[in-house]
Amino acid sequence: MTLDVKALRAQFPILQREIDGKPLVYLDNAATTQKPQVVLDAIIDFYTTTNANVHRGAHFLSDEATRRYEKARDDVAAFINANGREEVIWTAGTTESINLVARGLGQLLKAGEEVVVTEMEHHANLVTWQQACKVSGGTLKVAPIFENGELDVDAFSALLNDKTRLVAFPHVSNALGTVNPIKELTAKAKAVNALVLVDGAQGIAHGGVDVQAIGCDFYAFSGHKLFAPTGIGALWGRKSVLENWPVWLTGGEMIADVTYQDATWGQLPNRLEAGTPNIAGVIGLGAAVNWFSELDLAAVQAHEQALLASAHEQASAIDGMRVIGTAPKKAGVMSFMLGNAHPADVGFILDRQGVAIRTGDNCAQPLMKKFGIPGTARASFSIYNTLEEVDKLYDALRKANMMLA
Amino acid sequence: MTMSLPSTQDIVDDLAFFDDWEQRYQYIIDLGKSIHGLPEDAKTPDKLVKGCQSSVWLESRVENGLVTFSVDSDAVIVQGLLALVMAAYNNKTPKQILDFDIDEYFTELDLERHITPTRGNGLRAIVAKIQELARRSIN
Repeated sequence: MTLDVKALRAQFPILQREIDGKPLVYLDNAATTQKPQVVLDAIIDFYTTTNANVHRGAHFLSDEATRRYEKARDDVAAFINANGREEVIWTAGTTESINLVARGLGQLLKAGEEVVVTEMEHHANLVTWQQACKVSGGTLKVAPIFENGELDVDAFSALLNDKTRLVAFPHVSNALGTVNPIKELTAKAKAVNALVLVDGAQGIAHGGVDVQAIGCDFYAFSGHKLFAPTGIGALWGRKSVLENWPVWLTGGEMIADVTYQDATWGQLPNRLEAGTPNIAGVIGLGAAVNWFSELDLAAVQAHEQALLASAHEQASAIDGMRVIGTAPKKAGVMSFMLGNAHPADVGFILDRQGVAIRTGDNCAQPLMKKFGIPGTARASFSIYNTLEEVDKLYDALRKANMMLA
Repeated sequence: MTMSLPSTQDIVDDLAFFDDWEQRYQYIIDLGKSIHGLPEDAKTPDKLVKGCQSSVWLESRVENGLVTFSVDSDAVIVQGLLALVMAAYNNKTPKQILDFDIDEYFTELDLERHITPTRGNGLRAIVAKIQELARRSIN
C-alpha cells in the first residue's frame, strides 16, 4: 500500500504557506515536525472547554482535565509498548528526559565507574553524561564511528566491562542519519549489567518503537519531533529502575508526606513529575500519537526511505556535493557540504527559494570536528514531504552552487 | 582600515534597483568581497562573535575621534551583510554610530530578517558590540 501524501499534506495547514512567493518546502523535520490539524484542535479544544489543573481540583473541570491528561499517558504507553502507564514520565522533551536520568546517575555513580556514549551524540546525550561523570568522579568513554557515520560496534563492545554503569546512544543520529542497531547494542550492554538509555529524539517519528523489544532501561523522546507541540516529551523507564531513581525536581505533586524538615516521595509516575505539568502539551502529544498510529506504518517507512534514496541519488549529480553520513542504514536525514561553500551561505540561498533546511554544527560540535568541518547543511524529511520537494531541493542547490562558486 | 564602500543611501538605492533576489544577493556577496577581511593570525578568540551557523570576527580602533573596524566572516553572505553594516558604521564618530537606526536601514534594504536577534549568524551581536564600543568611547 502506498501513502496518500497529498491527503496527508492537506492535514497540515502550515504546508500551504508561501515563503517569498514560493511554496514552502519544509525540510527541517529533524529540528521539529509540523503539526496536523487534529493536534492543533486538541490543544485549542482543551483550553476552550476543559482547562483546569490536574490531580487536585475538587471540581468537574479538574476531573475532566485529569482524565484527558492521563488518557494521553495510556496512549503514549501503548504507542511505545510500555509495560505499564507508570513507566511514562512527562518531561519538556528529550533533553529534559536525559537530564532526569543523568542527574540521578550523578548521585549513583561511584568514582572509577564508567559511562559509554558514541561519537555521534547530540549535545543532549553527551554533555549530560559528561557532567554526571564530573560530579561523581566517573569516566566517560566514547565509542568511535567509521568514516561513513556507522558505529564501530566492535570498538563499542571493547569499551564495555564490569565498571560500565550506563550506556547511552542515539536510536538515529540527528547529524548523520545513521540508524543504530539498538537491540544489539542494548544486549551487549546488558551482558555487563549496565543500564541502557536510548536517545529516541530522531527515532520516535519513524515509528515502530517497542521499548520492551529493545530491552533498554530508558527511552527518551520529544513530542515536537512527532507532530506534537514543543515543550512536551517523555522519558520511558523500566518500572524497577524508575521506582528507585533519585528524584530530580522536587515540589508539589511528587511528594507523599511533607513536614518542615523532611519529605517522602509519591509513587510513579508522580514521584518524577514535580509541579503543574504541561497539560495542553500532554493532550497534544496524545492526539499526535493517536493520529500517527492510524497511519499504515509500512507505507510511511517506505515513503520516507524513497525520499531519502532520491536525495542521495541526486547528490552525486551535483558538482562538489559531499554527503556527510553514508551508513548503510539511515533514516530521515541528509547532511552535506556543497563544494567549499559555507553551510550558512547554502542555507541563505535555499531559504530565498522557499526551501527550509538546517545549517550549522547540528548540536554536535565534537562530531563536526571529527569530520574536519565547521558544520553541515542538513535536509531532513518527514512523512508529508514529496519526491517533487526533493527535486525542488536540488533545483535550489544547483542555484546555490552557481551563486556561491 | 579603509573600506571603499558606497554610502548607506547608495546601497539602499542600488538594492532597490534589482528586481530579483539573485541579483540582490549577488550584489551583497560582491560587496562583502570588496572589504578586506582579517588575516588568519588576527582572528583571535577575543575578536570572535560566535553564531551557531557561522562565525564573525571584529576588530576596532579609535583614531582622531573616528571608529574604524575590520570584520571577517567564514560565510560569504554574512560577509556581505557585514559590509552593509560597515557602510553604516565604519569611519564614523561614536555619536554617528549611536544615532544611526540600523533596524530602519535593514528594513529599507528589505533584509530585516537577517538582523533579528534569533538569527544565528552573529550579525545582531556584532551590531550590539559596535554600539557598546561607541557608548564606551563617549563616556
